[in-house]
This record gives sequence, C-alpha cells and structure tokens, in this order.
Amino acid sequence: MLTIGLTHYLVVAAILFTLGVAGIILNRKNIIIILMSVELILLAVNLNFVAFSQSLADLTGQVFALFVLTVAAAEAAIGLAILVAFYRNRGTIAVEDINSLKG
Amino acid sequence: MIYAIVFLPLVGFLIAGAFGPWIGVRASELVTTSLLMVCAVLSWIVFFDVGIGHNEGYAPILANWMTVGALKVNWGLRVDTLTAVMLVVVNTVSSLVHLYSIGYMHEDPHRPRFFAYLSLFTFAMLMLVTADNLVQMFFGWEGVGLASYLLIGFWYQKPSANAAAIKAFVVNRVGDFGFALGIFLVFQLTQSVAFPEVFAAVPGLEGKAIHVFGMDVDALTLATFLLFVGAMGKSAQFLLHTWLPDAMEGPTPVSALIHAATMVTAGVFMVARLSPIFEYAPATLEFVTLVGAVTAVFAATIGLVQNDIKRVIAYSTCSQLGYMFVAEGVGAYSIGVYHLFTHAFFKALLFLGAGSVIHAMHHEQDMRKMGGLRKDIPFTFAMMIIGTLALTGFPFTAGFYSKDAIIEAAFAASKHHHMAMFGFVATVAAAGLTAFYSWRLVFMTFFGARKDHADQTDHADEAPTVAEVAHADGDQTHQDHSHDHSHGDHAPHESPIVMLAPLAVLGLGALGAGIVFGKYFIGHDYDEFWKGSLFTGRDNHIIHEFHDVALGVGLAPTVVMAMGFVVALYVYVLKPGTAQALARTFPRLYRFLLNKWYFDELYDFLFVRPAFAIGRLFWKGGDGAIIDRLGPDGVAARVADGARLAVRLQTGYVYHYAFAMLIGVAAVVTYFVAGGLR
Amino acid sequence: MAAVFFYLFATIMIASAGVVIFARNPVHSVLFLILAFCNGAGLFLLAGAEFLAMILIVVYVGAVAVLFLFVVMMLDVDFAELKQGFIKYLPVGVGVGVVVLAELSLMAFGWSSAPSATEAVANPIVPQMSNTAALGQILYTKYVIFFQASALVLLTAMIGAIVLTLHHKPSVKRQKIAEQNARTRENVIEIKKVPFRTGV
Repeated sequence: MLTIGLTHYLVVAAILFTLGVAGIILNRKNIIIILMSVELILLAVNLNFVAFSQSLADLTGQVFALFVLTVAAAEAAIGLAILVAFYRNRGTIAVEDINSLKG
Repeated sequence: MIYAIVFLPLVGFLIAGAFGPWIGVRASELVTTSLLMVCAVLSWIVFFDVGIGHNEGYAPILANWMTVGALKVNWGLRVDTLTAVMLVVVNTVSSLVHLYSIGYMHEDPHRPRFFAYLSLFTFAMLMLVTADNLVQMFFGWEGVGLASYLLIGFWYQKPSANAAAIKAFVVNRVGDFGFALGIFLVFQLTQSVAFPEVFAAVPGLEGKAIHVFGMDVDALTLATFLLFVGAMGKSAQFLLHTWLPDAMEGPTPVSALIHAATMVTAGVFMVARLSPIFEYAPATLEFVTLVGAVTAVFAATIGLVQNDIKRVIAYSTCSQLGYMFVAEGVGAYSIGVYHLFTHAFFKALLFLGAGSVIHAMHHEQDMRKMGGLRKDIPFTFAMMIIGTLALTGFPFTAGFYSKDAIIEAAFAASKHHHMAMFGFVATVAAAGLTAFYSWRLVFMTFFGARKDHADQTDHADEAPTVAEVAHADGDQTHQDHSHDHSHGDHAPHESPIVMLAPLAVLGLGALGAGIVFGKYFIGHDYDEFWKGSLFTGRDNHIIHEFHDVALGVGLAPTVVMAMGFVVALYVYVLKPGTAQALARTFPRLYRFLLNKWYFDELYDFLFVRPAFAIGRLFWKGGDGAIIDRLGPDGVAARVADGARLAVRLQTGYVYHYAFAMLIGVAAVVTYFVAGGLR
Repeated sequence: MAAVFFYLFATIMIASAGVVIFARNPVHSVLFLILAFCNGAGLFLLAGAEFLAMILIVVYVGAVAVLFLFVVMMLDVDFAELKQGFIKYLPVGVGVGVVVLAELSLMAFGWSSAPSATEAVANPIVPQMSNTAALGQILYTKYVIFFQASALVLLTAMIGAIVLTLHHKPSVKRQKIAEQNARTRENVIEIKKVPFRTGV
C-alpha cells in the first residue's frame, strides 16, 4: 500500500475515466460540461500512458501523451468554437434543446 | 346439307361479328338474314325428307373432340325426326326474326353486333339439337346461355339490362349445374356419353341403386332428376323461373327468338331427346308433371295482372312450357314436342306483334298507356288476334290441337300416373287463365279509348300511374330506350313491310300448323313420322289412349277458354274500370300477383343477400383482413413499426449517443474479459 | 513520502473531477477542472515525467482551461438545476458505470506484463539525461513526422476556430483597399449636361 506501483496509477486513471464518462452521460446542464468531461477522460488516458512509461522505462508513453495533449488542445478549441457558433444561432446551449439530429 | 344448316349461321356470326364495322350495317344485316333464310329452306327440306319422308336419319361424325380414358366425345350431327322438327322450328323462327330485326332495330347504332349475336345464338341452338352426345348438347346448352346473356344485355349501357342478363345467366347456371351432375352420373353408370350407347345401356340399369350421401337411391331416377333440373333452369320452370320476365329487357326480336320459340324450349327438347332414359325413371316423370303443372298455373296467375305487354307474353311462355312438361311427364313426348312446334309459331307471332305495337307506340310498353290501336295498326291487330286465338286454343287453330291433346293426355294418364290428375286440373285452369290474360292484352291494347295520347313524348322514368292501391314494387314497366325521343307527337303508324312479312308467315303457321301436321305428330302417322326418335316404354300407350277420353274432357278446355274470353270482355270492354275496382277490393292478392308471388324478394333474401354477405366476408374478412394483413399490408406495417422503433433510438441528443457508445464499449470489453477468463 | 503525495494528489484530483461534473455553477466547474489538472501535473511529476507535467500546466491550465473560462463567461451560461430526466437514467448509468469500473479494476489488478515486454522497449529511459533532453532527442529525430503532423493539426484547429467564429457585423463599414486603388476617373465620374434651371 505504501509503495506506489503501477497499479495505483491505473486505478486512479480508471476512476478518473469513469468520472469523465459519467459526466458525459449524466450531464443535464449544458454542453460545456461535456467538453470538460472529455478533457477529464483525456487526462486519465495521459496518466495511464505516463504510468506505463515509468513502469516499463520506455519514453514512448510520454511521447504519446505529448501528442495526446496537443490534439486535446486542438479539439477543445474547435469544440468551443462550434459551441460559440451554435450559441449564436440557437441562443441556448442547454442539453435538452440540442436535438436537431432527431430522426 | 346438314353441315350447311348447322354451320351457315356460324359463318354469318363470324362475318357480322368480325367484319361488321367494315362491311357496313346493311351488308351485315343482309348477309346474316340471307344465310338464315337458306338454312330455313334447307331445314324444311330435311324435315320433309327425314320426317315426313322415309329417310331413317343419319348421324355423321365430324371429328373427335376429346378422348380421355373411357370418355370418348365426338363432334357429331345426329339427324332424325326430332332433330328435323327442331331444325324447322329454330331456323324458321330465327330467319323471320332476322328479317324482322332489320326493321325493328333500324335506328340502333350497333346492328352488326346484334345480327352477329342472333346468328351465334342460332348456331349454338343448332348444335344443341343436332348433338349426338351429352357433352355436345351441353356445349350447345351453354352456347345458347351465352348468346342469351349477350342479347339480353345488348343495350349494355342500361344497368337494368345488365342486371337482367346476369340474372338470366346465374339462374341458368343453377340449372346447368344440375345438368352437368346428371351428365357425370350418366357417364358413371354407362361409361359413355354418346346417345346410342347410353340408350342401349339404360334398360340394363333399370332398378339399379346407387349409394349417395348415405342413402340408396335409384340411379336412373337420380340421373334423370338432375338432368331435369337443367331443363327447369333453361325452360324457366317453377323455382328457376325468375330470369324470364327480366329477360324482357332485351330487344323484342330477342324475346321472340330466344324466350319464346327456341332457347326456352331446349329443356323440352332435352327431355324428349332423352326419353329413352326418362321412360325408365317413373318417379322423375311424376316430378316433371308436377313441376310443369304448377308452372302452368303459377305463371298464368301472374300474367293476369302485369302491365307490360312483353311481360304478359313472357309469363304466357312460361305457362305454356309448363304444358309441354306436363305432356312429357305423362309419357306423351310427341304431344309435348308438337306443342313446342305450334307454340313456336304463335308465341313468336305474339312477340313480334307486340314488337310492332311497341314500335308503333314509339317504344312505349305499358299497356295502360295504350288503347284503341286497332284503327291505327290494323294489320298488326289482325295478326295479334290470330296469335291470341291460337294461344287460347280456339278450335282449328294450331294451339287447339296441341293444347287440347295435352289436356286429354293428362286426363288419360291419370290411371297410372299419380300426378296426372293434378296436371289435368292445372292445365284446364291455366287454359281459362290463359284465355283471360290473352284477351286482356288484346282489349287493353287495341280497344277502348286512347289513354295519354298527348303525353307520349314525355318519357321520364315511369312512375306508376295505376290506382293508388298498387304498390309498384313488382311493376317493372320498362321502356325500350333504344330510341332517341325526337319523334315528337306522332300518331301510331303501321310497321314497315319488313316487319309485317314475318308476322304474316307466322300467322299462317299459327293457323295451319295444327291441321296440316297434326296427324304426323300425334295422329295416325305417328310411327312413320317419328321412326323411333322418341322412345316410349313398355307400358306407355298414351299416344293411343288420349284419343279415347270422354267427350267432356275434350270439350273442357274450349269451355274454359270461352269463359275466359267472356270475363275479359266484360272486365275490359263492356265495363271498363272493373279491373281497377277488383284491384282495390283485393289489394293484397293483387299485389301478391303483381309482385310475381314475391319470388324475387324471396330469392333475394335466401340467396342473393347471403351470397353477397359471404362474398363480402371473403373479401373484407378473408382477403382483406387475413391475407392482406399477413402479406403485403402486414409486411409494410411491420417495416413501419421497425422503423418507428429505430427512430426512437435517434433522439438527437449527443449524450444519448455517447451513452450508447459506452454501452457498446462495455459490452465489447466484457466479451473479451469473459473470453479471457475461460 | 512519495506515497503521501501520491494519495494527496490523487484524492484531490478525483474530488475536483467530481465537482466538475456536479457543480451547479459552470464557472465553478471550470475552476475545479483547473485544480484537477494541477493535481494531475503533480502526479506526472511523481511518475518522473517533468516535462509533461509542466507542459500540462502551461497548455492545459494556461490555455485550454482559460479558453473554457472565456467561453463560459461569454455565453452567459445560467445556473442549472438537476433536471428530472436525471433520475430516469440514473439506474442504467450507474449500472453501466459500475460494470466499466469493475472491468477496469480487473485489468488494473489482474494484469501482468508479457515476458518479452522488457526487451521490447523502444525508447529506454537513460537516467543520465534529463527527461526533457531525452524527449527532445527522440521527438525531433525518430518522431519528427508525427511532430510536424501534430503541428499541422494545431494549425488546422486554429484556422478552423477562427473560421467558425469570426463574424463580420454587416453594419460595420470596412475599407476595401484594393477597390480604392483600382478606381479610375472613367469609372467614377460622369458628366451630365443639365439644362438651365432644372435639376438632375
């Protein structure tokens, strides 16, 4: 328990991941929460990568985490831009109102 | 020669039917009429050769129709005396009707079709009478049924004509069904359908019983009963009679040809032709007598009160057919055929004369609108008098000989036939009624004051104008709508010569056919004439016995005829208004007779409505609800349901989709974990 | 010692993640997201990835989270109550979440590395070099293509964001320099002969 091993990191990452997914599904408020939950998920994934990198003494994990970081930033930017455009058109970002995909 | 007689009308049908529009109307008329005239002349030659002459008859076989196992059916033409008699009847009347139609239908735009159908009918009837086997006879039977349908519904734009044509065909079909069953049974019993073989096998089948529906019945009785059901349908006997009055929707020449002289007599002919079988089924013969007697009286009672001139004559036909069956039922087949022969003349005369009257009255058929026409159309008047005299059995006319022969035969046969006495009483009563309604027709049409002279141009749909008591349900006074009513107020005028000439010829026949041919049919020259074409059983001596009845019996029909005449004279000429007074006094009886004993309503209730209900059940319930629901509609609906379910998945909310993805991921991971655990 | 920090960072991170989801005020959500990132950076440090930890702070907290804050402020998002539908989906959501969590835990506790894993290390960590130097050394040589590609991704994202949100108000007048320069006397001036004492 006191020696922090790989497993601890993995557990923490798992919990974080779950929380992120739960945030997407249980979210009833607005879209921004979804985007933030996605960031949480990505953080959990990064944690996973880094933990393995440390455990395997392999830098590949960190490199990959770097790229994930880059892409996450880009995606957050785009997501927010879309949100802004959407808000301009619809005037709302409440989750219930965004169902134009309804078939 | 027989080939010419039988096939020339077919040629006429093909020419007028296929090429009518090209060769023109006049050509169609002339071709068909002249071909029929040739046939008529040839038929008389055959009649004198085979009948009155010494030719024993011949039966050439044309070709093989089908051979299936034991069933061998040929196309053959049997010519014996019975055939010769029928040939004369059919061709003479048909050719005269063709000639008459040239005048009667002269304004109709569809004349080629009409003449084609007339020739087709003649061909089918000739096939029927020259048939050498039951199947070929059935072919002719169905052919005349078809031609009847086509001709009754000739003015097909009239819905009532269409309904009448369908009614005729369907009621006939009931009879045909019995006929077909009879043919099947005969084949099963004798392993053949050709007449020579069947007749030879019949004596051996006497007394044989067959097991059907858990009962043992006499085979020959059952077979002949079924065959007679066919005759009942075709000859409009009691219970299968409902189509005949409605058949008056067709043009008058059609009624004269088909429903007076030829098609309806096919049943009588069939029983006579199959006399070798019927003679071995006495029970059926009793039934035949019963049906004939009932029909004779029943139809006469209805004819008493009808207001449409054609309908009176139609019911008269029905009644006279009953006479013929009474004669055949007591075993006097030759008397029945003799009456057929004479009846053809005077009934066709009456119908064509009525057509002349209708033509003169510009297609008005209601007798209540007529009156005093004897001054306007004297020749027609004279012809109608002749026809009426013959029909009622005035002494020395053709009808006198044949009708009285039937009555005497019925009386004479009552010793060994149970039904014969009933037949005698019925025929005598019917004779009186016949006289009454026949003279009623003459008096209402030709005597008295002209009614509604000025209103002839008003051809609005006939609302009954009779006294208030008559509820006009059954009063189907229809008008011939083949005319465009642009004549204006014409006085009735005599018909053209092309219509009067046939009347004259038929008048001669009505007067003379009895005197001239009596001895051949039922008199001394019986055996030389018939030469065995009509079979009589061992104990059947009716042809000799009927001459020996008491004088009173022989005078009875004449007496009742005179009584009928006097009553009609009183009611319609001496004291006009008596009829209406009688109708008012006995309203229910009047309505009962006027509505044809409510048979149409009864059949509608018993058969038509259930048939429609069953049809609707199969249509809506079976076809619609079950087959369609399981098949196309069902599949479509299930597809729509599936789509609707699928739509529920597409809510449009992204987090729902994300949730779905999560569930998918969980499932996949679970699958792999579980796989790894094993 | 490391364990204490680990648990500290881990607990606070998870707690702030929870607050991010369940907070009513979206600004609070963003702020707690920032806190979660910071603790994540701490965990990265404990795992020996200093460069990544600092980059996390700079990029995520400094740029992305601030961006979130900008947007939240701009959109004037309201406080929101937990709606009724929450309850309907709760059982299913909790169920699926538990399943997922269970599986992840299974993985976490039940895994073992393959025997050949230690030999197949692609980029071994050399203790002599610092983390940053080591990363730089492989990033610009072995993975330079991916590096450039991610740069392209960033470029695209930047352009995309601008395109999506740039919004010219139609009422604002702007100069079109090229048009101004292209004007000639013939295009612009027209001489009209006007009769005496009448208008144009």
